This record gives sequence, structure tokens and C-alpha cells, in this order.
Amino acid sequence: MARAADARILVLDGAMGTMIQGYKPDEATYRGERFRNHSRDVGGNNELLTLTAPEIIREIHQAFLDAGADIICTNTFSANRISQADYGLAEIAHELNVAAARLAREGADAASTPERPRWVAGAIGPTNRTASISPDVNDPGFRNITFDELVEAYGESARGLIEGGVDILLVETVFDTLNAKAAIYAIELLRDEGIDVPPVIVSGTITDRSGRTLTGQTPEAFWTSISHARPFAVGLNCALGAGEMRAHIRALSQVADTRISAYPNAGLPNEMGGYDETPEETGGSLGEWARSGLVNIVGGCCGTRPEHIAAIAEAVEGVAPRKVPARAARLRLSGLEMFEAPAWRRPGTEEDAA
Amino acid sequence: METTGDRGGRGVISNTFINVGERTNVTGSARFRKLITAGDFPAAVEVARHQVETGAQILDVNLDEGLLDSERAMTTFLNLLAAEPDISRIPIMVDSSKWTVIEAGLKCIQGKAIVNSISLKEGEAPFLEQARAVRRFGAAVVVMAFDETGQADTADRKFEICQRSYELLTRKAGFDPWDFIFDPNIFAVATGIAEHNDYANAFIEATRRIRTELPHAHVSGGVSNISFSFRGNDPVREAMHSAFLYHAIRAGMDMGIVNPGQITVYDDIPEELRERVEDVLLNRRDDATERLLEIADKYRGKGEAQKKSDPKWREAPVEERLKHALVHGITDFVIEDTEEARQKAERPLHVIEGPLMDGMNVVGDLFGAGKMFLPQVVKSARVMKAAVGHLIPFMEAEKAASGDDSAKGKILMATVKGDVHDIGKNIVGVVLQCNNYEVIDLGVMVPTEDILDRAIEEKVDAIGLSGLITPSLDRMVEVAQEMTRRGITLPLLIGGATTSKKHTAIRIAPEYEPGVVHVDDASKAVGVVSRLLSETHRDDFLAETRAEQEKLSSAADRGDRPVTPLAEARANAFDGGWESYTPPEPAMTGIRVFDDYPLEELREVIDWTPFFLTWELRGTYPAILHDNVRGEAARDLFAAANAMLDRIEAEHWFTPKGVIGIWPANSIGDDIEVYADGARRKRRAVLHTLRQQGAKSKDRANHALADFIAPKGIPDWIGGFAVTSGPEAHEIAARFKKDGNDYDAIMVSALADRLAEAFAERLHARVRREFWGYAPDEMLSNEELIREQYRGIRPAAGYPACPDHTEKRTIFDLLDAEAHTGIHLTESFAMWPGASVSGLYFSHPRASYFGVGRLGRDQVEDYARRKGVAPSEIERWLGSNLGYRPDQRQEAERRSA
Repeated sequence: MARAADARILVLDGAMGTMIQGYKPDEATYRGERFRNHSRDVGGNNELLTLTAPEIIREIHQAFLDAGADIICTNTFSANRISQADYGLAEIAHELNVAAARLAREGADAASTPERPRWVAGAIGPTNRTASISPDVNDPGFRNITFDELVEAYGESARGLIEGGVDILLVETVFDTLNAKAAIYAIELLRDEGIDVPPVIVSGTITDRSGRTLTGQTPEAFWTSISHARPFAVGLNCALGAGEMRAHIRALSQVADTRISAYPNAGLPNEMGGYDETPEETGGSLGEWARSGLVNIVGGCCGTRPEHIAAIAEAVEGVAPRKVPARAARLRLSGLEMFEAPAWRRPGTEEDAA
Repeated sequence: METTGDRGGRGVISNTFINVGERTNVTGSARFRKLITAGDFPAAVEVARHQVETGAQILDVNLDEGLLDSERAMTTFLNLLAAEPDISRIPIMVDSSKWTVIEAGLKCIQGKAIVNSISLKEGEAPFLEQARAVRRFGAAVVVMAFDETGQADTADRKFEICQRSYELLTRKAGFDPWDFIFDPNIFAVATGIAEHNDYANAFIEATRRIRTELPHAHVSGGVSNISFSFRGNDPVREAMHSAFLYHAIRAGMDMGIVNPGQITVYDDIPEELRERVEDVLLNRRDDATERLLEIADKYRGKGEAQKKSDPKWREAPVEERLKHALVHGITDFVIEDTEEARQKAERPLHVIEGPLMDGMNVVGDLFGAGKMFLPQVVKSARVMKAAVGHLIPFMEAEKAASGDDSAKGKILMATVKGDVHDIGKNIVGVVLQCNNYEVIDLGVMVPTEDILDRAIEEKVDAIGLSGLITPSLDRMVEVAQEMTRRGITLPLLIGGATTSKKHTAIRIAPEYEPGVVHVDDASKAVGVVSRLLSETHRDDFLAETRAEQEKLSSAADRGDRPVTPLAEARANAFDGGWESYTPPEPAMTGIRVFDDYPLEELREVIDWTPFFLTWELRGTYPAILHDNVRGEAARDLFAAANAMLDRIEAEHWFTPKGVIGIWPANSIGDDIEVYADGARRKRRAVLHTLRQQGAKSKDRANHALADFIAPKGIPDWIGGFAVTSGPEAHEIAARFKKDGNDYDAIMVSALADRLAEAFAERLHARVRREFWGYAPDEMLSNEELIREQYRGIRPAAGYPACPDHTEKRTIFDLLDAEAHTGIHLTESFAMWPGASVSGLYFSHPRASYFGVGRLGRDQVEDYARRKGVAPSEIERWLGSNLGYRPDQRQEAERRSA
């Protein structure tokens, strides 16, 4: 995959959630046979469909593969213990990840040719809790999730994805960098166990036009905070359309000494919460990013359909990927902003030379 | 070793030092310990905030208190800090002697933190285990020079342990060497034990070796340990801290925990004390400790803490006391001293201009020379603010009470919409303020409506408009028209580089009857404003101005300027000699991007003459430095500029970005076609150029830029560029301005402009030598470069050879300049950030700069047709180049229609 990424821009798939909505599954579909008598409603638990309606997920993967995606993402955005607990399904988290990885694996393998291999990225979403923000405005020091709980949940998900055979772990839609750091920590623990851990992509989310993550970090600070993962790629996804995301991708591409991935939404949501950007528009934007040397991996997030992915694939076809810059040999730290140690030179050298 | 003699450093020393705030450390601050043990976390958070506000770049958090559950305290405190964006902006240093506390801390930090500290104390296995854990959390780490046999005390041992740690961390724990910081142990000296005499020296020596032999690693330390034997004698301790830092930083220490209350200004240390302190620190003589002890008592009670109550400095004249307070950051007496100075002074403003500015200048010099440290300077600024804050009500009262209202008033100033240039406006603003006018500055790119709304709201006495680029002239006309429409009667002042008495007379004054005055430069502003706001002088002055404007206007009105018909001008075009000349093929085609171009390279090629002009010091550099009249001011300014450049460079204030491109091209008449391919089949863009229509003469051609490019059939190329010194200058200037520091605000903008020009000059030289490569052996001095003694030109859109600003759009598209440099074009085609330069490259050996000058109707119509726009559109953009009155053309058009 690294070789392929050096040679061309790789294309990720589009929105799983948008596609599932297209099937308009009802409560019965979500439940299937197995969860017919489950005590809580499970409607909207998209990850559950992997077990109860696998043909839908299979079709979606196939549609994106047909559209020209090099990498398809598993249906596991919320397939973690913490998110599944809302449905009373925490205990099937591991199973969901293994099964989803296998479904995607089958699709990708069937579509692969020696000239044009396809890969599977195991999606690891942010969970529905934030480790750096208090849910109680009157008690800023309070947290409803701990780092250790996140490490446990992420570790379980990642383990399942690896068991199911993914080629990449995609830590995505990072609203809170501390959550992502817990995911990285969990993945590193698996590596220490001797498990063959695939490359990692970390994809943050700039939540609005402020240009910051939900927890207030700039794109540069976000990169600095997760750079220890030495990821295969770092990037941004969700929340913004290509138009709003470009500046932040550019900021990231200037500081990150790894590949850059980007999969924006199909524009900003309209009043009805839908997405209106046409495939031509999305493709046009991402094509321009590619020609400007900003990206190595592109795809779509909310609202992007196979048509969008096809347009994106066409737009970046034949455009050289961004060149990964040399490592910046500087101490970089971060709070909400990046801090870079100034270049040191021996004082008085000029006077000595004179 | 002569160490005290080489103190004339260039001022980069202290500026690369990373200052770790240590007031949130229970082992270092009794107050913080009290707050934490009492569970008063909100107050503890305020301590952290204060640290950030006073210049800490990293926040050290240590909650190692025996009575506490330190893990829980760490978690609570860091979670609270995470909710404070002002504090969590900066990185955190998790400081504890207990590993479990460090881990608990790291679990609460989303950013990249520093762990303080780990060491080989318990052996390699636990060291590596902790190091790997630190890496899993993605933190940097402080490593103590401590191993299984104990803390290192000699230079050799310190270095050896650091070297061993370095190898382990990089080879076995997967660390990058720039991600760890060695702390080679600062121990107390002058303890009376002979073995301790070399401790400071050993630290400095070990530091020197680490920086030389262990690439990229950093060095840190807790400075106050060094003076432990002089507890109770703060002056000696402060002298020791400052002298130690001075030497350790020069050896390579680049981070440290320094309590601003426990250091003094290096230059303030009395000669005798400094010598004896340095004898001790550098272990220069065997009796060093005795000799320091001999005099130590003499200084007791004279330290920074005592300076507050020290009767001696309180006895000095008030001017000296204010200076002392500023340099030492003492706010305790500043109000009463300022009040005393105010009573002595004729006017409150004189206190600011006199003793307060004198004091701040001393602070600036000391900081520049590495003898004051950032936290001290921030304290000085706070004293200054308090003093000015005390004076403001008096200045306002003076204004209100003064019967002489004729010389005071409120002026609203703004750079018009579409324009970003504001240096001149800021200078005028400062001059007016110094003369006690109130200035309301709306900044740059201000829409007409906002200018007028605010003028009415604030009940100002006059409006001043500024602009640098030609399209701004139209905006000014628009403001004048709108003022008429709204029935406003305030005087309107016009200033800025492209404005002129003539343009004001012909275009603006007729639109606004109550009065428009052009102000040539800042020095004239006060005279103009005082007359405009004086009831007795106002009418005469305006009548006088109006008469002068009418004269100028009617002189210009006497019909069209004769221009050579376009066809004749074309017949007299510049001859490129294409039958015998082959254009040089460039070494590269396409574009090349330069990100974060090294500032030191740009600094070398600064053209200083325009810099002095910005500050209204007319003369050529370097001669101006020795000018009888302006020499002294020029030298001061030059020194201040260089001091700021040192900081710009060392602290990386700017990130210059640029893009160049070279493409196949050919001329077609007065246009230049730019091709996408070497075969010249695919046209990418057309650049339109304008031709001189001045009187013909045999030996002078009627130039157009297109003449310098070969016609179709002969391969030729054209280049383009866009560079900027970066957007930071705007933010930095705004920050200075907010702090009331207009001088530095103007300085940073002026330097940003110079660096952008230098960047353009530098890249042009590299284009000639490398990227186009038609002059690979060119070796020119900076003076020769400034005199343009090279082959080829780089004209810019909006300047005389290419007065049409809208051509910038084409150049920007070819370069994809917005994406590559972050420069964008306003609706008036000004470039933002303001410190940006763009243009075209021509390689022809006889290409030269020229001014297009007056344009005839025939060319404007032809040019409009070539560009595919209406002639009136061209007239709008090229208003000041028209050799005829556009209304007459439009009238003729109507008649013929």
C-alpha cells in the first residue's frame, strides 16, 4: 500500500451512514432474527446491520468499489463498547468489528486485481464521550469517561478489526484529541502484545469555521499531539465541505511529515440536514487539492455517494500525490496551539567568526 | 577565559530560551502549596493563568505534597486547566517524582506534554519501561543526569550519563532525539566544601558537550539551586542566577525553570559583585568563595525584593525612580511616582514621552542584549501600562477643561475598502495622538458605510482616508460621494502613497463641497488638522485649499493631453532583434513553491532606503546613517530595526512563502500568450500589456512589456512570482498596537514590507542564476542588486510598466498563488497580507523598466476589446493613466449610438 501511495493518490470510499439511510431500514430490519426480542430499541444502530442485514452493507461496499475506491471502510464507526452500551449491546462490540472487517475484506478481495489491489480500512470512531470536556457546564473538572475506559474500548475494537483482516486502522472523526490518544495508546499496547498491527491513519475533525477541533486545537496542534503514532497518514474528515476544509488541510500539510488524507462532507448541511454538493463540485474541489500537491489520500464523508467517489477518483487520476516532506527535527509541543522550540545556534558564533 | 568581556551579543541569546513557568509547583511555591492543600482549585487555576499571562511558554505542574492524594490532585487540576482555553493554549510539563502521578497527569492531556522526569536511577529496565510509556502517551521527556550510582556531579559523569540515556532512548525506546531534554543537575556552589566548587562550571561544560556531541537534544535545569548557600541574601542569589543563566545559555542551555522574582538584570549587578560571583560560578580561583562571602553582606538588603522598599532608590529623582521601576518591573510605587512626575511636567503627555519612554528604551536594550529575560520584560510592560493608565484621565481632563479647543479634537482614520496598507496611516495617527488629538483608527479594508457610521456615532471632527494602491483612489471618491449624499459636512483628509494633490483636486474635491484636503506626509498632518479644526482659521484655510484645487483642476481640464496614436506607437515598438537573438531556454518550467523561506537569507538583501522613507527620513542608505541632520535618528532607527530583525529571525516571527513559475510564451501584438505545453499548442492564459503613447522620438521606442517576448515561431518564455513575508506581521502589529506600542507596530509592518521586497529580489536572483539560469555566473553585491545591474526585469501589476492591477488575477491563476502562498487578492486587487510582492519575469537582455504614462482613447478601447470588457471598466481601473476625460468618450459614444 505504501508503494501504491507513493505512485498515486489513493481513493477512500464515501458515506456509509448516508447509504444506509437510502435503504430506509426499519426497527425490524435492525433487529433481524437474532435481536427480535432485545429489550431496547436498536433502530439507528447502523453497525448492528453488519450482523442482521449483511447484504445491505455488502451492496454498499460493492457500490463504492465499483465507483473506484481503492480503500473501503468497515461499518464500525460506532462499533465500540461505549457507543453500543446505549443500545444495551456493549458485549457484542468485538463481534461487530470482526464481522464487519470480514464483510469488507470479502468485497475488497473480490474486486482486487494484481494491478489494482483494494484495501480495507477498519473504522474506529470517536465514541460518544469526550475525555477532555465536562458534560456538566457547572463542573468543568468532571468527566464521564476516563482515559483507561477509552483504552479498553478502543483496544477491543482494534483487536476485532485486526482479527477480521483489515489493512489499515482508521482512527477517524477525532473531535477530542485525548480520545484519539487513547486509541493510539490501545493500538500500541496490541503491538506490545506481539500482534501484527497494520498501519494507522488518524483523521481529525475541524468542527466549524473557527478552524479548531471541538476541544479547541488548531490543525497544527492536533498533528503535534498525535504524531507519536507515526501514522501512515494524518488528515481531516467530516463537519466541513471541501470549500471550508481546504485551509485546514493546507495547514496540516505544511507541518505533517507524513501522508495527508482528506474526506470532506458533500458541502455543509442544508436546512433539512441533507447535503447538496454535486459529485462534480466535490470532485472539482478535491482535484484542485490534488493538483496543488496537498493530498495523498482522498474520499468522502457525510453525504457522499458512489457518484461522488467516482467523480473524485476521476479528478485525481494521474495527478501526482503530495510529496511527504522531510522530518522536522525540532522539539514540538502542543496545548491548544503548537509550540516549536526555536532553532538553537551557539551564541557568539558570529562574533567569534569576526 | 575572558567571559565578562564579550557581552555585546547580538541579542539572540535570551530569545531562544524556553521559559517554563514554575509557580504551579508546590515544591517551589508556598502559596500554591497552600491553595492545593486547602483544595482551593479555582484559585490555583488563577495562578496558572497568571503564569501564562506573564510569559511562561510551558506550564510546569507539580503536586507532590505529602499530605495529598497527588494522583487525584493532578487529575482534578489538569481537568480544570483543560476547560480554560487561555491556559491550555500552552503545553504542560507534568512534574512529579512519582511515576504514577505522571501517568495520571498524562491521561488528562490532549496536547503533547513534557514529562519531568525520568532517569537511570533504578537501572536500565525501569528507565526503558517508563520511556516507552512516555512515548505511548506521545510526550517529550526530561532526563536527569542520574544513574545507578547516583547523581552526576562532574562534567564527565554528567555527559556520560546523558550520552548513555541518549543511546537508550533513540535505539531502544524509539524516541526522536529532539523529544528529550537533559537536566544535568544544577547543584549549589560556594558551600565551603571544595568538591562543590566546580559544580556550576561542570553544568556549563556538560551542557556545552551535550549540545555539541548529542545532536538535537535540549538542556534544561532548575536555576535557583545554584545559590542555595546564600539563602537569606537575595541580592547575591539574584546575581548568581543571572550570571549563571548568562553563561549556561551561551553554552547551550535552552530551557529552564526560572522564577522572574529571583533574577536581576545582568548589567545591573555591580561590577565587584559580578566579578566575584563569576569567579565562583566559573571556578576561576581557589579563594573565590571566601572573596564572595567577604562582600556578600554588603549587598544584603539590596536585592529585587528589597528594591521595593529600599530607601536608596526611593531617594532618587522621580524620573530615575520611574526608570528603575520599569527596569525592575516594580508596580508598587508607580502610581505615586507617575503622579509626582505629572505634577512636575507641563503636560501629562510629557511624562509618557519623557521618563516612561526612556525607561522602556533601557528595557528594550537590555532584553536585546540578552541581559533581561522575557518575564522581566513583561513585568516592565505592566508597569508602563499602570503608569499610562494613571495619566489617561488627566489627558482627557486636559482636553475637556482646556479653553483652547481649537487645537484638539477627534479624528477618525481608516484605510479604505480593498486596501490593506496602513503604515503611513499609523504614523499619522501617532503624530496626531502625540499632539493630543484623539484618534479613532478603524484599521484596514474598512467599507465606506462603516467609516461614515462611526464618524457620526463618535461625533468626530474630521475623517482621514488612507490608501496605497491606485484602485483605492476610486474608493476615496466613493466615500466623498457618499458623504455628500448623506449630508455630512466634516472635513475629509486624503493621504497615502498613490494619492496626490492633483488627484484630490480633480477627482475627489468636486464630489464633496464641504472640503477635501490632501496631506502629503505625517509631519504636515498636525498643521492641517489644527487649522481645519480651528474656528478662526478653518474658513480661510478651506478657501485657500479650494482655490488651489480649482487651479489644478482647470489646468488639467484644458482638454486632452496629446498622445501618439496607437498605430504609430506600435510602429515605433521596441525591437527585440529576434532575427539574431535566441531567447534562453529555462532550466525549469512550471511552478516551484517556497515554504517558510529562511529569513536570514532575506535579511542580507534588504534594500534599506525605502525603509527610511517609510519613517519619513529621506536619503540613501547607507549615506543617511552619516547625514548631518538625520544621521542620529537614522542610526537609532537602524539599530532598532536590526534588533527587531534579530528577534524576527530568532523567534521565527514570520513564515515567508513564495511561488515562482516559468512557462512557454510568445507575444501576439501587445499581448503575451502563455502556453501549457512546450509545443505551444495549448494556451493557458493571455497577459495583456499596455504601450507607451508618449511623443515619438527616433532613439526612444514606445515600449510595451509584450515587446520583450519573442513573437510566435521563436520559442520564448515568461516567468511570474508571488511572495509574502507572511500573515503574521498583521497579527503582531495588532498586538503591539493593542498594547499601546505603536512604534513597534509600525516597525514590524515596515520590516515585513522590506522582507517581502527582499524575498522578491532574492528569488529573482535565483531565477536568473538557477531556475531560468540565463545568468548562472552572476555575482552582484547588494548595492548592485538594488541598482538593478542585472539582466532581466520583474515588473509588477499596478506599477508604471503595467498599471493595470487586474492583470494580477491572471498571474495569480497561473501560479495558483492563493493556494501556495496564502496571499489573496481583495476586490481592489490589493494583496493580503500587505507585505506581498508579485509580478512577471522577463529575460530579454535589453528588457528595462518604463512607465506606460498617458493612454489614448484608441488604446483604452483596443485594450478593452482584447480583455473582453467594456471600455468604462478599463477607465475605472486605469483612471490615473487616462490622457482624456472618460465622460467625453462616453458622451461621444452616446452620440454615435
